[in-house]
Amino acid sequence: MEKQKALYEYVLRLADDSLILGHRVSEWCGHGPILEEDIALTNLALDLIGQATSLLNYAGELEGKGRDGDALAFLRYEREYKNLLLVEQTNGDFGKTIMRQFLFDAFRKPLFEKLQHSSDQHLAAIAEKSLKETKYHLKHTSEWVIRLGDGTEESHNRIQESLDALWKYTNEIFYKDDVDSVLIAENIIPSSEEIKAEWTKTINDVLEQATLTIPSNNWIQEGGRKGFHTEALGYLLAEMQYMQRAYPNMTW
Amino acid sequence: MVTEKEIWNYLEEVFDPEIPVLTVVDLGVIRSVELIEDKCKVVITPTYSGCPAMKLIEEEIIAKLNEKGISSVSVDLTLSPAWSTDWITESGKQKLLEYGIAPPQDEVDKSVLFAEPPKVPCPQCKSVNTRMVSLFGSTACKSQYQCNDCLEPFDYFKCLK
Repeated sequence: MEKQKALYEYVLRLADDSLILGHRVSEWCGHGPILEEDIALTNLALDLIGQATSLLNYAGELEGKGRDGDALAFLRYEREYKNLLLVEQTNGDFGKTIMRQFLFDAFRKPLFEKLQHSSDQHLAAIAEKSLKETKYHLKHTSEWVIRLGDGTEESHNRIQESLDALWKYTNEIFYKDDVDSVLIAENIIPSSEEIKAEWTKTINDVLEQATLTIPSNNWIQEGGRKGFHTEALGYLLAEMQYMQRAYPNMTW
Repeated sequence: MVTEKEIWNYLEEVFDPEIPVLTVVDLGVIRSVELIEDKCKVVITPTYSGCPAMKLIEEEIIAKLNEKGISSVSVDLTLSPAWSTDWITESGKQKLLEYGIAPPQDEVDKSVLFAEPPKVPCPQCKSVNTRMVSLFGSTACKSQYQCNDCLEPFDYFKCLK
């Protein structure tokens, strides 16, 4: 695989993670359990959608077929989205949303820390910018995981159930194929082992404080990076793409 | 013939749409101003990736410079080096305080996951007996605080480094 093609594919994966999770989190707008958390979740969604905009615009440039960020966000079909299965999962209760975000933030922070030194300057610039925001996200979600896990019996049981439900999607975070090997060789991206070591440390530290247990069931579900998604994504896209599909090329 | 210095002065008349007490120069989002003959290029950087004010700031810069008689203006966006709250000018910080928003404090490294929230003095009564209500606030760049003495809730322009 040539470098340019690999970089396009990689940037698209990062972009789709931000876009799909950003859209999911934005579904909380006006529905948060308390006002402060409604505002916090909306801020998280905004940062993610902002990161998705930078990444999708760059992906469009790399592809070189005249598609911009909006075209990539709103005019692809389900199988063309390369996001992790983790980020498309439904919001569930507040605890599940926080757990999903925590499992993701714990990966994004070390990833952006490494990517800000990428030999690809454009990607490095996006990572440097996004890292500052991601640090706040991880701090916020870690605190909530501990508060809910080490909280009441009810909150503990519910967030433990969320962890049990989401755990099977975490292995895909470290998915690797040709795209990664080409870019690692060019010093554009770090190896997933480096990221996984840091992710595992954060997860263990926080879950221990939260008195939560990592599920012993090792069943793994993957597919997002290849465009095979769970049932959840189609519904999300139907909502997200509605305007462009109903009124093609509309702008405001 | 207009000079780059004059353009910087004109930009002091463009205000941030979300915190209208700050100019875009106070906020530190103007990275460079370049004049080539009668063409002016302004480079700006966003405070946060998803800052919804960037498009408006771009339009307001163009409108202001057009109003000053500079007809050819382009505004480019750059992400690196990434904006930091250190770039808010001293007079900008003073203006924030007078407006009732606590300016960014020096904070410990955020890579420490569970550091104490920073001690932020109340912009109204100056008491340091305040508490963080939420890390996130009305815009991406703020946290919500409350003063335990005068009980006034206030915004804190959180540190981004």
